[in-house]
Amino acid sequence: MNVTLKVWRQKGPNQPGGFVEYKAEGIIGDMSFLEMLDTVNEGLVAKGEPPIAFDNDCREGICGMCGLVINGVPHGPSKGTTTCELYMRHFHDGDTIVIEPWRSVAFPVMKDLIVDRSAFDRIVQAGGYISCKTGSAIEANTIPVPKPIADRSMDAATCIGCGACVAACPNGSAMLFTSAKIGHLNLLPQGKPERFNRAVHMIEAMEAEKFGGCTNHGECEAACPKSISIDFIAFVNREYMGAYWTADFE
Amino acid sequence: MKLDAKIPPGPLAEKWDNHLNTIKLVSPANKRKYRIIIVGSGLGGASAAASLAELGYDVDCFCYQDSPRRAHSIAAQGGINSTKNYPNDNDSIWRLFYDTIKGGDYRAREANVYRLAQVSSNIIDQCVAQGVPFAREYGGQLANRSFGGAQVSRTFYARGQTGQQLLLGAYQALQRMIAAGKVTMHTRTEMLDLVLVDGRARGIVTRDMVTGDVRSYAADAVVLASGGYGNIFFLSTNAKGCNTTAIWRAHKRGAAFANPCFTQIHPTCIPVSNEYQSKLTLMSESLRNDGRIWVPKKPGDKRPPNEIPEDERDYYLERRYPAFGNLVPRDVASRNAKMVCDEGRGVGISGLGVYLDFRDAIKRLGKKVIEERYGNLFEMYERITGENPYEVPMRIYPASHYTMGGLWVDYNLMNNIPGLFVIGEANFSDHGANRLGASALMQGLADGYFVLPNTIGDFLAQHRPDGLKTDHDEFRAVEKDVVDNVKKLLAVNGTRSADSFHKELGKIVWDYCGMSRNKEGLQKALSLIPALREEFWKDIKVPGDNEEINQSLEKAGRVAEFMELAELMCLDALNREESCGGHYREEYQTPEGEALRNDEEYSYVSVWEYSGEFSKPIFHKEPLQFEFVTPTQRSYK
Repeated sequence: MNVTLKVWRQKGPNQPGGFVEYKAEGIIGDMSFLEMLDTVNEGLVAKGEPPIAFDNDCREGICGMCGLVINGVPHGPSKGTTTCELYMRHFHDGDTIVIEPWRSVAFPVMKDLIVDRSAFDRIVQAGGYISCKTGSAIEANTIPVPKPIADRSMDAATCIGCGACVAACPNGSAMLFTSAKIGHLNLLPQGKPERFNRAVHMIEAMEAEKFGGCTNHGECEAACPKSISIDFIAFVNREYMGAYWTADFE
Repeated sequence: MKLDAKIPPGPLAEKWDNHLNTIKLVSPANKRKYRIIIVGSGLGGASAAASLAELGYDVDCFCYQDSPRRAHSIAAQGGINSTKNYPNDNDSIWRLFYDTIKGGDYRAREANVYRLAQVSSNIIDQCVAQGVPFAREYGGQLANRSFGGAQVSRTFYARGQTGQQLLLGAYQALQRMIAAGKVTMHTRTEMLDLVLVDGRARGIVTRDMVTGDVRSYAADAVVLASGGYGNIFFLSTNAKGCNTTAIWRAHKRGAAFANPCFTQIHPTCIPVSNEYQSKLTLMSESLRNDGRIWVPKKPGDKRPPNEIPEDERDYYLERRYPAFGNLVPRDVASRNAKMVCDEGRGVGISGLGVYLDFRDAIKRLGKKVIEERYGNLFEMYERITGENPYEVPMRIYPASHYTMGGLWVDYNLMNNIPGLFVIGEANFSDHGANRLGASALMQGLADGYFVLPNTIGDFLAQHRPDGLKTDHDEFRAVEKDVVDNVKKLLAVNGTRSADSFHKELGKIVWDYCGMSRNKEGLQKALSLIPALREEFWKDIKVPGDNEEINQSLEKAGRVAEFMELAELMCLDALNREESCGGHYREEYQTPEGEALRNDEEYSYVSVWEYSGEFSKPIFHKEPLQFEFVTPTQRSYK
């Protein structure tokens, strides 16, 4: 199949950008979306033009490095799928595909389709961990964790930190990302000692990074390649309020 | 070159404890005076960075991705081994040690492997305490499953995302120490060379992948945790960015490289579907617990799988290896898949594939159980192939996955270059000629959490901080080399992309130094590779400049290093005139077609020293002594 691409090109941060049109020809359904871009880039390199810059690494949907807004939808049309695992069989001959970077104040564009997501790391630094020094752990089975709790914690822990939730949110909120990390840890008995500090400090860090607030649009859940539920946002709101009711945080 | 493995004396079970009791310590007040560089932020790098920072050292950690959480450890699916013996199925430290030594086809050091088994239990404790949501039984206890190559259930798992969860545990510990100011994280930064001062590793030179700045960092010790070189094949299950630059550059500065030809070809990957394919995707081998592997009995049978009756199917692993069946180790499973495909019985359009069938398991356990165990893997398979594995058997084929070879290290995980430590997949140490499933995660975390933090202290205690700065002449000289190399790549201005060279190199290495090797093929590869390298330096095209994000430049730099390592791999494979583990020399096989070791002549680690010209490395042997186990022919029959 042949498709037309409209790709956001931007030489660097704080520089003007714009859409540039490219033809992608001889595309087959078994190619991944990124492999389709690879072939376009091979053509550009052959002509001595700078290829389209985009982040990617594992190409199997787990590292969270890739992420493009495809026809207005973060990670494109397939539900629960990262950009790297999106296949061209979901497109048709003659389609025009618009490709943009994540758009959010907190994710400045670095070049073309690459954005700076280091704000996520800083949110985790604010409390997205359990303070347990290497060597100080107790025997693993001393802490029983009910299976439903472990499963639910795992549902949150599957977050790959790609940022699609932020890109999808009309407010540019990072609430799903932040809630997934707090939910993962606060649900577990091991995470309880720091639960309130974690909830308060991570949410404060999220706000400090200029992510917007959550107004329950639910776009984040729809865009999440791991289908993480917004129930975790509700859970974290309770944790956050709990912290203030009990004033049990520093 | 003097190679001393520094194996502590004494009975096997007491070596590590005795060693810990006798090595030197750095006092708590002095630790902060030392700076340690860690290259890589996967399971090894992140766990080491966090643990060393917790101890009080100042750490600089580097990764090429935008966040340390993205390192490719994250993609490990199946699980992590540990000797907890929770299922009461008679597991023990000895059994994990024995399985690992045997699985590695007796080409690893007994003492290292025993230590790995010893600390495996602490790893699970540590991970659980960090909040890794391992699978649980209904009573709240940790669940286990069996995994390729083992007859006990010693594998802990978090759905099909164990690597992700373990890495997030280590990443979170790392972030905690970044927040504490003890680790300085350098993302989107690639190590391009190692700096030695007075023969000791004292720093690295990096390129900032955003600005192009070439910069030096000095330290009291350098730890390479930069992963394996499986991407040498171009198509592999590794992430696109995985590369050999850090360890290869260190090799060219004098670091010994061990067993480069020991590469693992994983049996259960989704087959190649077209020429544009950029990577291969692994399907966790935990699938082999319930899936049955088969091909049609008749060559060229093109009927759809569900129309092939039971008596016309060949469940070849169950037939040839009744004791282990579909759970034989990876090298055996891969080689057998290749064999049946070479007989013309392969499936799929290319004929390079075998079926992994869940029909019987679904009948026996119900779809719900299978969905619970493997749901995310089934979804992944369907996304990639467009086929539903609940209804049609999966098609799988072997692919490059892991490299057992790597930089040589002693028992302390230190290379022959003093002050250079190498951990995780980047070193050669624990898996011999073949790694067992669920052991990579174990080794990365063992090295980073429990081994290195102790052994590096012994080295540092003997080398007081001297305040070395990066204005030292050695740093200037290495920086110049790095800048010159970048300029050289940009200046060629030829016609071919880095990817096109990488694909061509990968095909040579796959064809002649892949799942099976022979003398003639290896010699051919050794003539093809230098020619391709020459063409690379005449015809590579790198658009753009250094002073920007330039992914073409990054790729070209990495391919240039692979071009050199490929030759060493083939030389090593040619030198080892025996078959063992993943290294299968067609000339050396038993009458049944199994790998035929030659313990008398090849019971050693091949160690290669850079001579100034990578085509003519100097060869050394580290003899392997087996005091506690007797090497036998591996049998999984």
